[in-house]
Amino acid sequence: MSAGREPATITPYPDGPLLVRGDVDLRTTEGEPIAPHRRTVALCRCGLSALKPFCDGTHKAAGFRTDD
Amino acid sequence: MTSSATASAPASASPLAFRGRGPVSRAVIAHLSAADAATDHTAFAEDAVAASADIARDDDIQLALFVLYASAYGSLPQLDPDLEWDPALLATRRVLETAFERDLRASIPMPDLPEPTVDAVGRALFALAEADTGPSLSRYFAKKATEAQAEEMLIQRSAYTLREADPHSWAIPRLEGRAKAALVEIQSDEYGGGRPDRVHATLFARAMRAAGLEDTYGAYVDDLPAVTLASLNMMSMFGLNRRLVGSIVGHLAAYEMTSSIPCRLYADGLRRLGFAPEVTAYFDEHVEADAVHEQIAARDLAGSLAEDHPELLPDIMFGAAACLTVDGWGGAHILDAWSTGLSSLRTRMPS
Repeated sequence: MSAGREPATITPYPDGPLLVRGDVDLRTTEGEPIAPHRRTVALCRCGLSALKPFCDGTHKAAGFRTDD
Repeated sequence: MTSSATASAPASASPLAFRGRGPVSRAVIAHLSAADAATDHTAFAEDAVAASADIARDDDIQLALFVLYASAYGSLPQLDPDLEWDPALLATRRVLETAFERDLRASIPMPDLPEPTVDAVGRALFALAEADTGPSLSRYFAKKATEAQAEEMLIQRSAYTLREADPHSWAIPRLEGRAKAALVEIQSDEYGGGRPDRVHATLFARAMRAAGLEDTYGAYVDDLPAVTLASLNMMSMFGLNRRLVGSIVGHLAAYEMTSSIPCRLYADGLRRLGFAPEVTAYFDEHVEADAVHEQIAARDLAGSLAEDHPELLPDIMFGAAACLTVDGWGGAHILDAWSTGLSSLRTRMPS
């Protein structure tokens, strides 16, 4: 698949998470791999997710706002 | 096969697990499952919609629609595939759909229309979902639900969730470009991303079995109140009618936006009650998955569609409002029953 050689994209969604599409190697600070569970993942940007590094939707209840 | 079986009779020998609730649903079931076209269900349907005070809560009409849509999905093997496009059955469906859509448009408050841009539509959809502050079934569930109520919750969800994502998939060939790519990005995840064991409907079937419930499609239809069937029928109507493609897109955005936090609360309640990990796994998966899907659905799907086809903007917002309103009716029905010590199911489950 040629798609696998394209660079990954990271898109900040307004008032929400960072969506990561493409082949990335997610790691803990200890270097342990973090399983992504799905092709497109959302990374927490508000700091309140109970599933970090992934988003769990909590930013909405917390009224998290970005400046875009 | 019995000697009376005809060439077009359905292959499955097992009868339908549910019964009709009035003249329309009985005649539609007889036509689709027993090739008995003797009764004029279209005339019955016209009488039923004329007499009904509330189509969304009309058991006979909602069950008839459920069965007519099941014929299109192929979700009930007892329904004869040769009758999928039968003109009389389509005429009946059309009569019921026209009345159902008219009632929905009359009773669902239409949101203000944003500018038809990705950003404005995305923000407007999130604001609409955020403003939907009805009583919360999931908050009640997390703290107070009993084991019997947990089983009811799984049963109430089963008509949709054992076929999860299918109503919105009808829209795929009706979209183009970036909106189509966004819908497929979501649906691919719903269907397991190439892993059959991760298909969301399969995760839900596993949850039902682990909770000691039947996972055969249709097993609990007799227990489902009209308003539960109406929620699924509305999605099927939006999905199956090309002119309503904006509504099914708006519906998906609102559905995804009201899923991740409630699913966390359902998972909390199920863990509190000691349900097996296979039961909570479905809800845990949706906390993470729907936090992704809601972003894609609001902006890349609904926002792009509105920008590319501004004429669809009113139906996109209507579909989102319809999802919030009708699922609110279903949630209120369950919460009302539970808070007065009653079952939310139409008939008590056999114990």
